Amino acid sequence: MGSGDLLSYIWNVKHWLAAAGAALLLAAPPLTAQGPGFEPSRFADGKPDLNGIWQAIGSAHYDVERHVARSALMLRDGPHGPLPAVEVLALGAVGAVPGGMGVIEGGKIPYTPEAAKLREENRARWIERDPEVKCYLPGVPRAVYMPFPFQIFQNESSVFITYEFAGAVREIYMEDVGPPETDAWMGQSVGSWDADTLVVEVTGFNGQTWFDRSGTHHTNQLKVIERYSLASPNHIQYEATIEDPGVFTRPWKISMPLYRRMEPDARIMDFKCVEFVEELIYGGFRRNPLPRGASE
Amino acid sequence: MRIRVLIACGVLWVPVWATAADDMPRTPSGRPDFSGTYDIATLTPLQRPERYGDKLTLTEDEAAALANREATYIAGRNAPTDPERAAPPQGGDGSTGAAGNVGGYNAFWIDRGSGGFQIDGKWRTSIITDPANGRRPPLTKAGTAAAARRAKMYRPNKGEAWWIKEGVEPGPYDDPELRPLAERCLLGFGSTGGPPMLPVLYNNLKRIVQTDDHLMILVEMVHDARIVRMNAEHAPDDVRSWLGDSVGHWEGDTLVIDTTNFTDRPALSGATRNLHVVERFSRLDEDTLLYQFTVEDPTVWTAPWSGEYAWPATSSRVYEYACHEANYSFGGILRGARILEQEALAQTDDD
Repeated sequence: MGSGDLLSYIWNVKHWLAAAGAALLLAAPPLTAQGPGFEPSRFADGKPDLNGIWQAIGSAHYDVERHVARSALMLRDGPHGPLPAVEVLALGAVGAVPGGMGVIEGGKIPYTPEAAKLREENRARWIERDPEVKCYLPGVPRAVYMPFPFQIFQNESSVFITYEFAGAVREIYMEDVGPPETDAWMGQSVGSWDADTLVVEVTGFNGQTWFDRSGTHHTNQLKVIERYSLASPNHIQYEATIEDPGVFTRPWKISMPLYRRMEPDARIMDFKCVEFVEELIYGGFRRNPLPRGASE
Repeated sequence: MRIRVLIACGVLWVPVWATAADDMPRTPSGRPDFSGTYDIATLTPLQRPERYGDKLTLTEDEAAALANREATYIAGRNAPTDPERAAPPQGGDGSTGAAGNVGGYNAFWIDRGSGGFQIDGKWRTSIITDPANGRRPPLTKAGTAAAARRAKMYRPNKGEAWWIKEGVEPGPYDDPELRPLAERCLLGFGSTGGPPMLPVLYNNLKRIVQTDDHLMILVEMVHDARIVRMNAEHAPDDVRSWLGDSVGHWEGDTLVIDTTNFTDRPALSGATRNLHVVERFSRLDEDTLLYQFTVEDPTVWTAPWSGEYAWPATSSRVYEYACHEANYSFGGILRGARILEQEALAQTDDD
């Protein structure tokens, strides 16, 4: 109770300051920084302000599971162990997968045996099957921890997220909009507040997205419950609980920090990769096709 | 610089707040709040039909006729097909418009609104207001030449490789890069993403989320999010983007957006990388925004041109517009051209 009273005291003081005018507000001492006493910037109704440009750091976009580094995203058998597949061989060290302790509670995705088999097939044929390769909308949660920034636009009534990768977007509906009326690559997101945490329930997926570059598929029964909690002025603690009775034996959870992009000129740049994959997808249909492989 | 901006804002901002005795939705910081979803479809054309001359407004009867014409057209297109009708002829039935020569789209897809728009209680003849004739100003010499090149390249598909017969190199379907941006799912068509953002045949929703620092405008078609940075400087000249670089500032209760730094192919047909667009958002009433714009591209047009139209709020939600992910037609277009070329070359061999 004591800390609640303190928060409400700080809150009232902040309002009083705002009413007293900008000069006083500017003159007020900065509120305490990180730690248990951290007080986020808030809207008039007390909701934390998540506005900003954010980005995950780590190797979850390669592989959400705990993993050591490997030579390539797609492997073939070699005389003494796996080697990079022909399709990715030329990339050398650039095409290698950095290791990571994983972002999953327990380290592994609880796939059913059949689903685990499909994941292995997906890995073996990664370059053909990963929707990221073709610049398809990445879905959730993958969009959150791709190696690209995203921007949260939040005001008193709305939360909207734009992602740099493929120019993907998500409205987080802050009201009951009913069940999804159609399926979507990015699903349908409905948000609510659990104290200072933004909780987003995402359903209505089309089942064609993955979680990472390691073949981690799901079905259109996927349900993701995300939690965004400001943990300091410049980082959000992100959690997502993932359910899909089609492929998982139980719900599982990922978590990671999302960091504020601190550069003064940080912004969401154009990354319309549709243009970048035209040669891959349509190049063979040119009137005068260019060579399509290293052997040509 | 930053301090000067802050001071300038303060001077403008305080009196606005003090006199805000209207019903206009406002943000806690006292600015007009433009957040919402808008259906900008309108039957009023961008360019004024020449018969209206310099006449800016329509009578009630003329406006009703405009709405009736569309309603009749849509009702006709929605009528059940004659079950006894014969198959369309090979190569299409010659029909024009969005349905194309082979009936690609029926009226279900088309949503250009049910009427024109009003400003201050008057129906308009066109979106363009300047020049006074409601039409784009004359093209420059370079603009004329570019338009002629486009007209030569983009022709209705008559089922033959005319570019082979006429020896046009490169042909219009030679490479993906030569096709219109909308066909490639890079941008929506008809400057729906803009700027200037113009009404098009369908998917006319715009979603605005306004914060103190940014205005985010989601363009329904191709899920393009325009991010307007408030009181910011433009990106360096070599940082170019498809929808341009947009920065905003307030002039009283009007939000002014300045956009430059376009690529070589802006959404606005005919425009070049030298395009400069100024857009102004203000409020007509509680449910309607006024959207105004001025277009400047001295490479293409001999004078700037301006327009305005109403953006009515809607309770519709914006669904995902995943264009590229299901763009089966683009590969089909290119492969179709390859087949037509083979046919044309075979014919030439026969001759």
